[in-house]
Amino acid sequence: MNEYVERKVTFTWSEPRSSYDVVIVGGGGHGLATAYYLATRHGITNVAVLERGYIGGGNSGRNTTVIRSNYGIPEAVRFYQRSVELYEGLEEETDRFLMHDKKGLLWLAHTEMGARAERARAEVNTAFGAKTEYVEPAQIKEICPQIDLTGNGKWPVVGASYHSGGATARHDRVVWALAEGAMNRGVHVHQRTTVTGLVKDGERVVGVATDRGTIGAGTVLSATGGWVTRLAEMAGLRLPIRSHPLQAFVTNHYELQFPSLLSSGDLLFYVSQTARGEMLMGAELDPQPSYSTRAGHPFIQSCAQRAITLLPFLRDLRVLRQWTGICDMSPDYSPIMGTTGVDGFLVTTGWGTWGFKAIPAGGEQMAELIATDETPELIAPFSLDRFARDRTLADRGSSGTH
Amino acid sequence: MSLTLYCHHCRGKRPLSDFVYGEIPKVPDSLTDPVERDLDRGFMHDNVEGVVVERWFCHGGCHRWITVRRDTRNDTVLSPET
Ligand SMILES: Cc1cc2nc3c(=O)[nH]c(=O)nc-3n(C[C@H](O)[C@H](O)[C@H](O)COP(=O)(O)OP(=O)(O)OC[C@H]3O[C@@H](n4cnc5c(N)ncnc54)[C@H](O)[C@@H]3O)c2cc1C
Ligand SMILES: [Zn+2]
Repeated sequence: MNEYVERKVTFTWSEPRSSYDVVIVGGGGHGLATAYYLATRHGITNVAVLERGYIGGGNSGRNTTVIRSNYGIPEAVRFYQRSVELYEGLEEETDRFLMHDKKGLLWLAHTEMGARAERARAEVNTAFGAKTEYVEPAQIKEICPQIDLTGNGKWPVVGASYHSGGATARHDRVVWALAEGAMNRGVHVHQRTTVTGLVKDGERVVGVATDRGTIGAGTVLSATGGWVTRLAEMAGLRLPIRSHPLQAFVTNHYELQFPSLLSSGDLLFYVSQTARGEMLMGAELDPQPSYSTRAGHPFIQSCAQRAITLLPFLRDLRVLRQWTGICDMSPDYSPIMGTTGVDGFLVTTGWGTWGFKAIPAGGEQMAELIATDETPELIAPFSLDRFARDRTLADRGSSGTH
Repeated sequence: MSLTLYCHHCRGKRPLSDFVYGEIPKVPDSLTDPVERDLDRGFMHDNVEGVVVERWFCHGGCHRWITVRRDTRNDTVLSPET
């Protein structure tokens, strides 16, 4: 899509109605994608997205934009593969340049155990439709010439899985394209509108209280990221979610090309190069549950140290900026989508540190659930009641933090 | 995040990376069914946005537990004072 002439994004703002068929709380990627697919796939446009700040101001505008489907369990591989494919067609569908860049992802192994895990990943990926193969050190060096295969003598690279479907896209552009597409079809998006309570009729949720008045709703969907527990409390619901800060940082411009995405599970960091040439890095969560987006030096120090172990050239770069987002962490590192047991109240949450890639498929599937009143088969395993049914979907290793 | 905690056992003021987080699990009294209580204890969280009382293990120091009051909105430690 490099020969196109960019039009300005056109948002059509409106005054809130007294009620909508569907009210979506949270104007991040998941809320907006659900509205977009409701409008485009089901012709449901009497929909409002209520965002307390600005759209994309939550994690959807703060993430490191890794798109991939190389997960470790069949349910996840199938779901994320759907999202990877939707992303591949999203520029054409929305007629927006999203800077979608399929660059491939290397997931490194430093031990025999790690190598076995990467072989297993390649197998389960292939079986369920994701494109991943096991590669040897010589191939790794070909894909990523900058890598020190000895890991500075301490973390030798013994192999990797190579996921050719790995990609990135510009996060705000994704958010804006979905918002624009939904609004063009009649969906309302209301920024600076905070949901402060839920309106109930008996046991059923029938609307939301906001700082701009009460709004009736046939269905309320919470797509509130790290703040989902507040919405759930309003519905009288307890969730298996804890909110943790996740940090990331970028360096100044690196003049050579760094072609692929690179992750190391053992060293717990991942890196990619942005379109501006900056090196973008992320690592593990902050250990304490928190809503503080304060970013700090200890994170950069420890992450940079690990990254330099494999990529010595990083030593000569400077840190440009760092930032933090608040992640809705689920106990099994899998998302939670669907009905909640409270009539009229749905959630899409547990997106933790990995939900950017899931925006199209999450939105598509939640829209189908809302439109048809039936949970689509692709997301049925991710329902909230899996914890009560003893059907958790543990996928820690492959969730990584991206 | 550059939280610092103070361990009153070994009188050490240390970065957070020297401690291991320990939640104090709370099951609401309103839950009376034993199965529901087990489920809640196993998985559910208050996920408080405000002041919490929590435990931290002094891993980089004396290997004992301390009790900390912290405001999760801004990560201010209210007690013990650093
Ligand atoms: C540093 C970092 C790096 C990451 N890297 C990756 C990555 O590489 N790949 C990947 O797939 N994922 C990544 N993620 C995770 C990804 O960003 C999130 O999972 C995803 O953006 C979640 O989208 P969302 O729409 O659910 O939430 P958000 O984008 O956070 O949107 C929630 C919105 O709800 C609003 N809201 C909350 N409460 C209310 C209320 N009461 N009333 C009205 N509005 C409300 C908020 O203001 C917010 O805008 C990363 C996250 C972080 C922080
Ligand atoms: Zn101590």
